[in-house]
Amino acid sequence: MKTLEELERIRKETLEKINLRKDRSGVRIAVGMATCGIAAGARQVMMAILDELAKRNVTNVLVTETGCIGMCKLEPIVDVYMPGQEKVTYVKVDEKKARQIVVEHVINGHPIREWTIENYE
Amino acid sequence: MLYRSHVMVCGGTGCTSSGSDEVAERFIEEIKKAGLDKEILVVRTGCFGLCELGPVVVVYPEGVFYSRVKPEYVPEIVEEHLLKGRPVRKYIYGESLEEKAIKPLEETPFFRKQRRIALRNCGVINPEDIREAIAFDGYKALAKVLTEMTPEQVIEEVKKSGLRGRGGGGFPTGVKWEFAYKQKETPKYVVCNADEGDPGAFMDRSILEGDPHSVLEAMAIAGYAIGANHGYIYVRAEYPLAVKRLKIAIQQAREYGLLGKDIFGTGFDFDIEIRLGAGAFVCGEETALLNSIMGKRGEPRPRPPFPAVKGVWGKPTIINNVETFANIPPIILNGGEWFASIGTEKSKGTKVFALTGKVNNTGLIEVPMGTTLREIIYEIGGGIPGGKKFKAVQIGGPSGGCIPAELLDTPIDYDSLTSAGAMMGSGGLVVMDEDTCMVNVAKFFLEFTVDESCGKCAPCRIGTKRMLELLDKITSGKGEEGDIEKLEELAKTIKATALCGLGQTAPNPVLSTLRYFRHEYEAHIKEKRCPAGVCTALLSFVIDPEKCKACGICAKNCPVGAIFGKPKTPYVIDQEKCIKCGTCIDKCPFGAIYKK
Ligand SMILES: Cc1cc2nc3c(=O)[nH]c(=O)nc-3n(C[C@H](O)[C@H](O)[C@H](O)COP(=O)(O)O)c2cc1C
Ligand code: FES
Repeated sequence: MKTLEELERIRKETLEKINLRKDRSGVRIAVGMATCGIAAGARQVMMAILDELAKRNVTNVLVTETGCIGMCKLEPIVDVYMPGQEKVTYVKVDEKKARQIVVEHVINGHPIREWTIENYE
Repeated sequence: MLYRSHVMVCGGTGCTSSGSDEVAERFIEEIKKAGLDKEILVVRTGCFGLCELGPVVVVYPEGVFYSRVKPEYVPEIVEEHLLKGRPVRKYIYGESLEEKAIKPLEETPFFRKQRRIALRNCGVINPEDIREAIAFDGYKALAKVLTEMTPEQVIEEVKKSGLRGRGGGGFPTGVKWEFAYKQKETPKYVVCNADEGDPGAFMDRSILEGDPHSVLEAMAIAGYAIGANHGYIYVRAEYPLAVKRLKIAIQQAREYGLLGKDIFGTGFDFDIEIRLGAGAFVCGEETALLNSIMGKRGEPRPRPPFPAVKGVWGKPTIINNVETFANIPPIILNGGEWFASIGTEKSKGTKVFALTGKVNNTGLIEVPMGTTLREIIYEIGGGIPGGKKFKAVQIGGPSGGCIPAELLDTPIDYDSLTSAGAMMGSGGLVVMDEDTCMVNVAKFFLEFTVDESCGKCAPCRIGTKRMLELLDKITSGKGEEGDIEKLEELAKTIKATALCGLGQTAPNPVLSTLRYFRHEYEAHIKEKRCPAGVCTALLSFVIDPEKCKACGICAKNCPVGAIFGKPKTPYVIDQEKCIKCGTCIDKCPFGAIYKK
């Protein structure tokens, strides 16, 4: 190791990957992954979210899976928890929507209201 | 790629022996089968501290704690928890289960009162991956020291922290470093004492297995502070996993240029070698350890000269314990004052203990100095199993002593423990309940020191042997008036005249049990009675005529034919012939035989 910058780079790079073991204060995204969710494509949604986060170097977001909340026909369901804000529940999410949720809501802080459960007709 | 979930499978010695390797393999296999291997990472860690409950598995980000995981549970955990997000309650550690929720690991009673500084990364990182250590600030303190601080400033910071040696002696670390720094002779050396010889202790082993880089980093910092370029880690060969992880860690640190020449381009060189010890207790004593490193017999020598003046190869050397070193990087990063704000007036920081014996949660814990024994035993430890009464806690190992129930509110710090007749020692805490005979406990520790005495000085070699003979005599029912006084006299003489710490402290277990449990010694001697019902020679085995069904099974199984009877009348044991082996108790189908 010749420089401090190099150490700092390795630290940051690796921290992104393992920070979820220590830091519980950031944003949390939960994808419904019961049988219903998986059948509706929740797996691809989850992968899209992970991929989008990685692409944009977002580190303080935890992606978890959650169980069935009893609205199977609205799956895939994605909950976004931002610190200090009410949870926002998106329904019928697909890969494309998932990527946009990451960008608009998680990164830019603007929930996409028309996809949330309240606005589902 | 980011992994959304990490499955941490404990790879400490405790869990490895309860089968965690297989559990980890099974996780990898099942995760792959479920197609989750791009989302979920399996990590082998160091000890979490709850080895009793091993194999231990923690799933992040939730921090769900699975205990006693068998390989056959794994498919269900993968399917339900990892795939569908429903933690499998029946395999989860009971204390973290609530009616509707599952508490993360850190919020369980076992962890809540702890404060992890030396153990900060144990169970959190993969110890065989230097990048994970770096992610949680590994080598950042070394970088800071080399680029921003002078050796004097480093020593000043360590002095300010109030850190005292965790290997037993409790000597202020900063003062020790300063002493070595002032020596003119070169080269100088840094030695890490990882001999850890106390029976039942595994604090140092767990640090080496769980976070070896913290020790390497601290040794390099120490080297910079005193002006040394070479370090030795003296570790017992009985710690194969620790040795393996150390070797990997040293290798990786060299590859990353964090050990070796010109670290961070500052011109500072430092490298570390491992020296294996054969596991003699006395080799943990610093002068014996020095001899052993140099390939001589592991025997102590008188001090002065202190190692700081004449150590390895006759050159100035500092010797510090593993846990002492593990505290150094956080002290450098957060400042000496931060560390000094934790703990008590005279004992700063935290201490790691191996909590064992008659307590519900046995394991490895780290608490701030000043925590009381009651908090440790009843809150973290979860109390005494089986509704038994607490009797005493042994602290400090073979050099320490027993603390009785009246003193349970003693805060853990160097001075309080010493004035209670025990000592901080290296961190063994053995809890004893009402079924423990205190004379027997003293005998156990003395047997250990008699075995481990190197024999170089007479008080230790002969004196401890004489003391043990007296204890043998007392526990076998042959004690006489005056034996206690003889024990006390021997103890005083040995303490005053033995060559090294081993002998000087060997009488402590006897003295402290005499101080608080003299009545038990007296009961053995005067009434030929062991109040706890442990010393077999003082017990008789009797058959309760009410319960005896005269089946004759006991008589058939008695190896010496000491039991007689006829059909329909209760059997009796001939006390003259009985050898108190206990076979009859085990064999009696009616529980009619007891000891008294
Ligand atoms: C008999 C005996 C055994 C010892 N065993 C150990 C040991 O296993 N580990 C240890 O760190 N210190 C042990 N010590 C203490 C060392 O002599 C020395 O004080 C210590 O390593 C200094 O490091 P510290 O100041 O960081 O505690 C032992 C001392 C004696 C007298
Ligand atoms: S070895 Fe696994 S918890 Fe201690």
